[in-house]
This record gives sequence, C-alpha cells and structure tokens, in this order.
Amino acid sequence: MRLIQMERTARLREFLKDLFSSQRLAVLATQSRKQPYGNLVAFMATNDLKHLLFATTRATRKYANISSNPRIAMVVDNRSNREADFHQAAAVTATGVVKEIEGPEKNRFQKLYLAKHPYLKEFVSSPTCALLRMDVETYYVVRQFQNVVELHIKK
Amino acid sequence: MSLVIPLDQIKGKDREQVGGKAFSLAMLSQIGMNVPEALCVKAEAYHQFIACVGLRERILLEINRKNFKEMRWEEMWDAALRIRNMFLQTPIPSEITKELQSPIEDKFKDKAVVVRSSAPGEDSSQASFAGLHESYINIRGIAAILEHVRLVWASLWSDAALLYRQELGLDIEKSTMAVLIQEIVNGERSGVAFGKNPNDGSQAVIEAVYGLNSGLVDGTVEPDRWILDRQTGKVLSQRPARREKWVRPSVDGVRFEPLPADLCQKPPLTDDEIGRIFNHVLNAEEHFGAPQDVEWTFREDNLFILQSRPITTISSGTSEDKRPWYLSLRRSFENLKALRKKIEEELIPAMVEEAERLSGQDVAALSDIQLADEIAHRMDIHGRWVAIYWSDFIPFAHGMRLFGQFYNDTVRPEDPYEFMDLLGRGQLKSLERNQKLEEMASMVRKDPSLALRLKEFKTIKDEGFKRKLDEFIQQFGDLSCSIGEQTQCLQGPDGILRILLKMAKHPPAKKRRGSHRHEDLISRFLSRFKEKEEKFAAELLDLGRASYRLRDDDNIYLGRIEREVVVAIEEGRRRIEKRCRMKLEGADPAEIIKALRHSDYVPKKRSSTEPIKLSSELKARQIIGQPAGPGIAKGKARVILGPSDLFTFESGEILVCDAIEPNMTFVVPLSSGIVERRGGMLIHGAIIAREYGLPCVTGVPEATSLIQTGDSVTVDGFLGIVIIG
Repeated sequence: MRLIQMERTARLREFLKDLFSSQRLAVLATQSRKQPYGNLVAFMATNDLKHLLFATTRATRKYANISSNPRIAMVVDNRSNREADFHQAAAVTATGVVKEIEGPEKNRFQKLYLAKHPYLKEFVSSPTCALLRMDVETYYVVRQFQNVVELHIKK
Repeated sequence: MSLVIPLDQIKGKDREQVGGKAFSLAMLSQIGMNVPEALCVKAEAYHQFIACVGLRERILLEINRKNFKEMRWEEMWDAALRIRNMFLQTPIPSEITKELQSPIEDKFKDKAVVVRSSAPGEDSSQASFAGLHESYINIRGIAAILEHVRLVWASLWSDAALLYRQELGLDIEKSTMAVLIQEIVNGERSGVAFGKNPNDGSQAVIEAVYGLNSGLVDGTVEPDRWILDRQTGKVLSQRPARREKWVRPSVDGVRFEPLPADLCQKPPLTDDEIGRIFNHVLNAEEHFGAPQDVEWTFREDNLFILQSRPITTISSGTSEDKRPWYLSLRRSFENLKALRKKIEEELIPAMVEEAERLSGQDVAALSDIQLADEIAHRMDIHGRWVAIYWSDFIPFAHGMRLFGQFYNDTVRPEDPYEFMDLLGRGQLKSLERNQKLEEMASMVRKDPSLALRLKEFKTIKDEGFKRKLDEFIQQFGDLSCSIGEQTQCLQGPDGILRILLKMAKHPPAKKRRGSHRHEDLISRFLSRFKEKEEKFAAELLDLGRASYRLRDDDNIYLGRIEREVVVAIEEGRRRIEKRCRMKLEGADPAEIIKALRHSDYVPKKRSSTEPIKLSSELKARQIIGQPAGPGIAKGKARVILGPSDLFTFESGEILVCDAIEPNMTFVVPLSSGIVERRGGMLIHGAIIAREYGLPCVTGVPEATSLIQTGDSVTVDGFLGIVIIG
C-alpha cells in the first residue's frame, strides 16, 4: 500500500516537473488589505518542487502587496483555449510564502531562473529588479476537469 | 543540414539559405566570371545560434519596447547598439562552432578573408541596397572569422537595417542573415559600376580608386568617374579625382596611406580596362535580367567581380520623416575630424560673435517699423543657424557613436553605454552655468539677511552678489525665456532669484560618480593598444569627447541666438499689448511684426493647445521608455509645460518634460530624476542627467499628458520604466 502511494507521489512529481518546464507563465495571486490581486509572471520551479521563482521590479503593486503580506498563491496550467481543455487541461495551484532572494544564494537562483528565461537577462540583472522565491507548502492539482489532488511539500 | 556551403555548390534552391549576395556571385562564377574563392554560412546557422542562446526573444523584446513608428533615429541607434552588444557578449555555442570550423579552416587555412553579409529576402530589386549591413575586410584565422560572423549577424539589427526593413514592409521577425566568407583579393585598383545611371537611363557609370574599395564605398576616398553610353560603351565624359589617399590591407584590417606620387597623376583605369568592366556589367545584367550595381577589383591584370546586385534607388521616405536622413549620417573618422575643425574654428566663434553683436543692440530704442525689421532680421539669422545646426552640428554627434562602437568592439563591456563615462566630465556649457548658479546659491545659503531681501524682492545691497548676478545674466541671460514650441519670456530676473532661494534651502547638488572611475576607464581603454593603434584610439576618444561636449554646447550657443530673437519679439509684444490693451502671450511673431508695421492692425491670438488629459477612468500606472541614466528615484512629478513651471520647481521633484531645452537645464540639479518624451541616450537631456548622476528615462510617449504635476512617480533608469502612483 505504502509502495503504491510512493509511486503515485513520484508520478505526480514527474507530472508537475513536466508541466512546470513546459509552461513559461504563471498567475500570481497576492493581496493587500483584503483585496486580492492577480498577475502573470515568468516563473520557474526548482527540481525538488520546493520553490517557485519569479522576478519583479520593486516599484510594482505585486511587490508592495508581497511586502505587506508574503502569503501568496500561484496558478500554472496548460490550457490551449479550445473546447478540449475541459477534459485535457491540467491546472496547478500552489500556496505558500514568498521572500526576496538576497545575499550569496541570489547568484545561484538567478542562474537557474535565466536558464529557463534567457531573454529576461536585462530585466533580472537590473538593480531595481527583485528575484523572489516562493516556498511552496501545498500543490492543488486539477485534472480531468474535476479531479483534484493535494501534494504537501515537506520543509 | 550542413551549415556551410562552398560557392560552387550553390544551386537555385539554396537562394533563401545563402542570401542575394552569395547567390549572385555563385551564378556569375558559374557563367565563367572571375570571383573570389568563397564559402557561405547559411541562414540556418544564424537561426540555430539565436535560438540556442536565447537571443531571439531578447532581440524581439528590445525592438518591441515601443511602437516603431514613434521611435526617433536616436532610439533606433540605441536599440541597435543594445542588440549589437548582446551579440558581442554571447559566444557561439560549441556545437555550432564545431560545424562551422572545419569547412572554413579547410578552405582558407591562414589566408586573409572578407566576411560579408548576405541577407536572404532582401535581394529583390526593391529591397537591395548598399551599406545596411556590415562587411569586414582582412580577417585571418578561425577565431577571428567566427567573431566577425557574429558581428555580421548582429548587423542584421543595425539602425538603418531596422528602419528600411520597416519601410519596405519586410517582416522584422522573419529577418535572417547568411554570411559570405571570401578570399581577400588585394586589388591595386577597385571600384563600382552601375549598368544604368540612376539619373540618365541611356548611360552607365564606372567609378574607380587606387587600393581597396572600402575607401570609395564609405566616401573617404574620392573616385575617378567615367560616364559611358549604354548602347555603344563609348566614354562620354571623365571626371578625374583629387587622388591623395588609398586604402591598403594591414595586419589587422585596412589602413589609409598617402598615394605614391606617380599614381596621383594617373587615372586608375585605361580605356581598355573600362571596356572590360563595362562588358562584365552587361553580362551580369543579361544573366539577372536587370541592370546591375557591381563592385570589382583589378589584381594586376585580373578583373574580379566582388559583388553584383540590382540597382536600386532608395526612397528617402516622406519629407516629414527625417529618420532616413539621420541614419544616412554615418561619417568616417576622417570626415568627422574635418567637421570638428570647421565647427570649433569657424562656426562656434561666428555664432558667439553673432549673439554678442545682437545683444549689444538696444531694441527698446528702435521705432516700431525698425523693430519689425529687426525681429524679421533676427528670425532670419536664427533660421540660418538652425540650418547649420542640422547640416553640421547634428552630423557631428556621430563622433560619439563612432567612438561608442569602437569601444564596445574592443572592450566588450557589459553595459553598452559604458563609453559615455569616458566621454563625460568635460567642460559642458550648461554645467558651467549651473556651477555659477550654485556659487550664488551658496552665498544666499550663508547669508540669511541676503536671503530675506531676495525673498521680498528688495534692492540687493551685497555688491559681490550683485556683480555675480549681473555677470551671470550678461553671459547666460536671466533664464526666463523658453524657446521651442512656444516663444515666451517671463518678466525680469525674479525667476533666477526664486530658483536661487530654492537651491539655497538644500545642500549643493552632489557631483556625479567620482573621477576615479572615469580615469580608470580611460587608462584601461588606452592600455589595450600599442603605439600606432594607441594613437588612433586616443584620437578617436578625443573626437568622441568633442562630439559629446558639443552636443550640449551647441544647444547653449543656439539658445543665445534664440534669446536675442525672443528679446526683440518681447519688446514688440509689449508695445502691441499696450496699444491694443490685450494680452498676447505666445502670439505668432509674424502677427507682432504685422502689428508693428501697421498701426491699426490688431493681431490674432494663438489658439492655446491644451495638453491631452486622460479621463479619470483611465490612468497610466507604468510606462515604458528607454533607460538613459542608471539609478532609481521616487518623488513628486513636476510637469513642465511652460517657463513658469520651471520657477515653481521644488527640490527633489521629478522633472517631466517633452524635451529638456538648453534653457531648462538649470533646474536639473534641483531634481531627483528625469522623464522625457524625446528619446535617446545621446540627447542633450540624457547627457545632462548622466553628468549629475540622475536616474533618467527618455522616449516616454505622451509623458507630459500621462503624468500630472503632483503625481508620485518612480523613475527606474536601469530598465527605462516610469511607475506612477
């Protein structure tokens, strides 16, 4: 029983990794004074699925929201805007806490991020741009229209 | 697919992969003409490169920053510069290098080659023209060849190429580049030939110089020219050149040398050779079915065809669109040196003299009729100087660009604008003016009683201060005139006093980054070269600095002439206002002249142009422009729509304007950041911002209507964005 469970988790992890590498943009949800706010961001997932990375300049609304409330959600999906999406598309909602990456580890994460988004080099290299790391607590994975599973990420 | 193809294997189906230049040479070779040995790096190699290293999207992000139609030529140059730097900073990945290396090495070993662009899809008679993309002469060894292949790829995105592709409706996103690598044929005599004279269809034209062709193509060596009858091949006329220089191959490129005395007297071609060239041109025309523009060279008695393309006349765009003209301003080093001499030794002294002569005249003493004549006269003088500004001063700004490209090619800095740090710190006229203002402000800062008297507009007793103020006004005017779109002045020197009081409230504006960096960069740059090359690099730097300085100073000098025009117009306006008992602010000068000449004429008022205001439902939150001065600043916006806005400027505000006119720069030290509608890194405003180390974003469309005075604004001068709110 346990083995089956482990295998299922491993398969789900592979599925998430494939989905995350096939998609460039995610919807970021932040909030400020009880008002939710959504954005598209270029994201990347670390191989262990513990973190989702994205970048923004510090003068943006999303950055201000995150600064006052670091609890965020992100949605990644593979829809193609066709009817078949209803049975074919998958969507993943990640919830967790975000923080700005600073200090010695910034270089490592920036390299990872630029490996996926090399065209953002000028943007990410700007001193006004923050690289953010979401520490994911839970993934909510929706497939076949209504099939939902949760994956809890250990710290 | 192999990425490289030898010239003799090129077939009809390869046309899209090898581009027009390589294709036509292959065809000429196959009908028996003598062409240099060559290989072609297919367009596929370019595609693999930009896809593999992520350049494709970076380039598209860069050129889609702004609606292309709204881009000024300076912004195009900036975009091209940034893209070129991306190529310079990105090596060819090893898997592509591997494919290119062995065929190139096998063919050329250590022989010197020419690396030429051969852009597919741009070889139709409508779309082919010279000089859009780069070619590099006398390149030796695989590393250097591959390096120059990359530079030719980058030239797909040159400013001129961007503009013409847009004008011809070619899809920028689909543009691609093949590269022709040719054995260098060190001809002793070279030239171009037009199968059909663009100005007279019954004639053909041949031009020839001693040495290599590059001197002729970029206009630095004057050619001998023959006009031929197209039907008979008979020479109709010959125009000999002043034969003084020739371009010769050197160890790492080419160099200009004085032409040996015996050649100076002798035309480069004999009648027989003219006939041979003409026959080749006709053969090529017959093969391609259209008159050709052919580059050729003689090595001893062997005639080589270097390239052949259909003749085109480039449309210069609509008359209002000055961009094609600007982009044609590529000037060689030699040409710019001569221009500098003319500007520094003739034009500037004449301009200063003119301004001084005008300011010495007392317009108040003139009768109305005399004043009307004087206004018209001054407007003529101003018009003449504006024409000179366009014909000589603007082209000289290319000195900065020439140095910038040379610097980026040799130093390969990450920041494509690092070269600006070597050019700055000169004695700019507007900085000198601001320095004088600061000296007065510091007197006010130290003396509260002086400050109080100024505040209440009482007579100034401090002789030292008074003298300084008079000297300042004598030299730079009272800062109250604004020229450009609207010609108007505020009354008297109150404006200066208000500014001085504001400046005195705060510590002096910080000077920009320390001089160490500047000195370091210069010595690091010069230490890369040896002897002759160092001398050239130093000369080029000196030229770049003169060009940088003049980009600011010319505005100030022109501003002095403009001020004298305004002084005369203002005198007229005051008289007419008094006579007609009406306000005439911003009236058309022609109306004022008419009213001065005819004592019963009442001038028409100019209809005021209200800035476009967005409805309250729609509000700009973040606007994209061009990064023109690194740094970030947040503050309240002060939108400058007229001179009075300048005098209400508060310290720490963000200066938002259409364009920083020379007469506005005095508020720059008070501001904490600059947002400008006019775009470019090398424009006056950007130069001043950089001198003060202020964050600056230029090229923000509708800056002055999207942003309102009092808005909280963040200027991100690293990324070129402005955030409102």
